[in-house]
Amino acid sequence: MNGEPKGKLALYWAASCGGCEIAVLAINERILDVDALFDIVFWPVAVDAKVHDVEKMADGSIDVCLFNGGIRTSEQEYMARLLRKKSKVLVAFGSCAHEGCIPGLANSTSRRRIFETVYHETPSTENTDHVEPQPSTAVPEGTLHLPVFYDTLRTLDQTVKVDYYLPGCPPEADRIWDAITAIVENNLPPPGSVIGAETTVCQECPRKRNEKKVKKFYRTWEIIPDEETCLLEQGLLCCGIATRAGCGARCPQVGSPCIGCYGPNEGIHDHGARMMAALASTIDSNDPEEIDRIIRDGIPDPVGSFYRFGLAASHLRRKKEAMIET
Amino acid sequence: MKRISIDPITRLEGHGKIDIFLNDEGDVANVYLQIPELRGFEQFCVGRPAEDMPNLTNRICGVCPEAHHMAATKALDALFHVDPPPLAKKLRELFYSIFYATDHTTHFYALAGPDFVVGPTAPPAERNILGIVKKVGLDIAGKVLKMRRDGHHLIEMIGGRKVHPNWGLPGGVSHGIDEEQRKEILQLGRDAVDFAKFSLQLFDDLVLKNTDYLNLITGDVYVHRTYNMGTVDENNHVNFYDGLIRVTGPDGKEHATYPAADYRQYIAERVEPWSYLKFPYLKKVGWKGFVDGVDSGVYKATPLARLNAADGMATPLAQVEYERFFDTLGGKPVDHTLATHWARLIELLYAAERWVELASDPEITGKEYRVLPTETPTEGAGSVEAPRGTLTHHYQTDERGILTKVNLVVGTTNNNAPISMSVKRAAQALIRKGKVVSEGLLNMVEMAFRAYDPCFGCATHSLPGQMPLEVTLRDPQGRVVQRFSQT
Amino acid sequence: MSENGFKPRIVAFLCNWCSYTASDLAGTSRVKYSPRVRMIRVMCSGRVDPSFVLKAFALGADGVLIAGCHPGDCHYIEQNYKTMRRHAMLRYFLEQMGIQPERLRLVWASAAEGQYLAESIDQFVADVQKLGPLRWSGVWEDPWRREDAFDEIAAEHAEAMEVQA
Ligand code: SF4
Ligand code: SF4
Ligand code: SF4
Ligand code: FES
Repeated sequence: MNGEPKGKLALYWAASCGGCEIAVLAINERILDVDALFDIVFWPVAVDAKVHDVEKMADGSIDVCLFNGGIRTSEQEYMARLLRKKSKVLVAFGSCAHEGCIPGLANSTSRRRIFETVYHETPSTENTDHVEPQPSTAVPEGTLHLPVFYDTLRTLDQTVKVDYYLPGCPPEADRIWDAITAIVENNLPPPGSVIGAETTVCQECPRKRNEKKVKKFYRTWEIIPDEETCLLEQGLLCCGIATRAGCGARCPQVGSPCIGCYGPNEGIHDHGARMMAALASTIDSNDPEEIDRIIRDGIPDPVGSFYRFGLAASHLRRKKEAMIET
Repeated sequence: MKRISIDPITRLEGHGKIDIFLNDEGDVANVYLQIPELRGFEQFCVGRPAEDMPNLTNRICGVCPEAHHMAATKALDALFHVDPPPLAKKLRELFYSIFYATDHTTHFYALAGPDFVVGPTAPPAERNILGIVKKVGLDIAGKVLKMRRDGHHLIEMIGGRKVHPNWGLPGGVSHGIDEEQRKEILQLGRDAVDFAKFSLQLFDDLVLKNTDYLNLITGDVYVHRTYNMGTVDENNHVNFYDGLIRVTGPDGKEHATYPAADYRQYIAERVEPWSYLKFPYLKKVGWKGFVDGVDSGVYKATPLARLNAADGMATPLAQVEYERFFDTLGGKPVDHTLATHWARLIELLYAAERWVELASDPEITGKEYRVLPTETPTEGAGSVEAPRGTLTHHYQTDERGILTKVNLVVGTTNNNAPISMSVKRAAQALIRKGKVVSEGLLNMVEMAFRAYDPCFGCATHSLPGQMPLEVTLRDPQGRVVQRFSQT
Repeated sequence: MSENGFKPRIVAFLCNWCSYTASDLAGTSRVKYSPRVRMIRVMCSGRVDPSFVLKAFALGADGVLIAGCHPGDCHYIEQNYKTMRRHAMLRYFLEQMGIQPERLRLVWASAAEGQYLAESIDQFVADVQKLGPLRWSGVWEDPWRREDAFDEIAAEHAEAMEVQA
């Protein structure tokens, strides 16, 4: 955009924790460069522009929209559609928009069960009248509305077309800056690409690797791993083998297994399937019964361990519940 | 009857919306703070291994993931019946103090600062960090940025990541620090103490020495006589990481002091059909609606509440400020919502002092930072003081440590009712006979809920711009009568 | 659970080496493959990535079968042990997702066991038929009338737009 008028940038969050926005600010002083390069036309937490201002804009008048958070309510879906229409380039920013992230683990349960637990069963809840939040409530003074809460959390690209993905929960500041630079210099990969590294976290990890052969998986509280050897070789379920590089292997460097926050590595759609494939090469047994025992003893929660971040984006998307509300 | 709808489109475990209803005389009839989002962690964490909780619950809030990480880790200690070694506790508290200082800095300068430093009646376009820079000089922006950068850098160094650390374990933490790191932490901690002193001085010069502002703080628009909640150590001094939860009444009398595990005896949560967020209240007092006073179970859990609920601060400089605070504002408890900002700065100083104390401890570079649990997990609760209120995690598992029940009482949630009440109070004072002072209303209402720092807007306010408030006056049919916005 | 007249849709991944004669056999023997079986020939069962299996279910398969050489006989040495471990993990995972693990089957058959393989496929078809249809995409369709919700939001905003401060 050299010499051209400033581009128009929008940022929005849907079902998100806010960490992605903190991450944007973690680029520190460079935020001023962003300010110099772009007019931020919409960023609800920072810039005073309203939804109806966006509604009034011409279609395609926003150059780039960074969208974080998954889609869980009618309001979020509405905003996703609106910003898609108004933006030339829509970026799924961070794990939530990209693959549903940890909030997407809610797809292992249902709206009904969530309501039962949160509003009825939690031990501190006092709700003898069986009240639950409603899309509309008549109060003495008038009527109050709430967005509809969906049964299934969707990723951004299961809702609208997405041009680029920026992985990470949240993306590291340097990767955000790389992406902004790529946008400014018009040096973007083909649409539909994930903007990021192609290899896995293992490639960035300083821990020593030998042949990965595992006879038993340990939970993190069951062993104290040594400081130097690959955690997976020590039996800890490290997702680094199937997770996209980009963070610099942050977690293994403080003694914790990678939990997979950067999503699957390049070319892989289903993170958990990749994990299963990678672990199949690692488990050290050829005996069906022993294999079963190694898996079931060491990995008590396959969904949570293989799909901690990617359940909503996986092929199966959600668990089948016996009691889905209609 | 008319309705005023304030759609701040900002975060409070998601977004938040305020509806103000007027009666036929044009006075405020009622106020509703609606939280239009729910994520259901209490349900979808069930079936997961308990040790995942520090990493899963991080993602409840990216503004204070450290608080969830820590509350979860402490709940795991209780669940696995393991007592972390002293070094682990020190490292956790060091980490937590750094987080606190960083978080409080951001919030003061990004949220409250603009109102006080630039002035509540300044044009909205100037009420932001750039306005502060203009007024106080470029130097201050550098100081704030440095504080944030240092804090995030150390959080990443110790916990693995700037946002969403991956570090806490039942029985300790996954990694320690070495001598070189300790030196850096100590050096930056001393800078933090200086920065906190500077911030208090700034508050003194610009706010306390200005009678208009002082009147605003001590005026009756922003007063709420509710119960106060905060964590205290064995000397009843404020503590963020550990201790007993103490609740004192609007009369200053102690209501209860209890360990996190007993929270159910003291706290209950109410469900309203018009919000996804529950309303906690003191169980023994009972829910009497959105009212204050000794007979209403409404309580607040904020920096102000913590100072009210404690008997003092555990570090010397913060203690001096603590005493000055209550002397200036007429003794305990202080019920002026806006004094929360001052309280936050005193906490900032305490956090920085604690940071230096812990980083000076020669044992902090040791290797005994974790022990392995040996007992069968059953049930456990843990709590910390999140910057936005007491945060409690409570888990039950089967004998393999697979979660069967999860309950979370989150920082901001504590303040769900008092925020509504403060907004109502501000609205009542500012809307009379159907007349609205448009500019004043917007900012004054904003100031009312900003004081709670309800995870709205938060750090993101360091960019030019305002919290996007919008007030819409509606008739009972919902038709728009008039609309105001801040631009 | 089985529905009247339900013809399961099956995806079968067949290792080239063992399915080679089996498919020949299909033409000559009495064994008739169910026409609902979609056979995909792979060079080795080890080529069947877990994502192929999951995608097949997501796209509408009622059952997935993987056939490979007997353990120890894989033409790529160890690959079918990998298949064995993947199969174990997939079944465990499918169970947790609410899909009966019986919908995934692993069959070992040598080049000489064409008849056996054909029978195994028929048996699998029959077993899946008993389980009934899976219709996985129905699992994530939301019952809410979302379009109505959008109209309401749009109407609220449109209304707000009419009035200037
Ligand atoms: S991707 Fe992670 S940091 Fe970003 S909003 Fe989601 S949970 Fe928060
Ligand atoms: S598996 Fe984990 S610990 Fe091992 S090399 Fe990969 S990232 Fe590092
Ligand atoms: S190591 Fe894994 S979990 Fe940790 S930051 Fe990197 S990608 Fe995310
Ligand atoms: S070649 Fe048949 S399974 Fe490998």
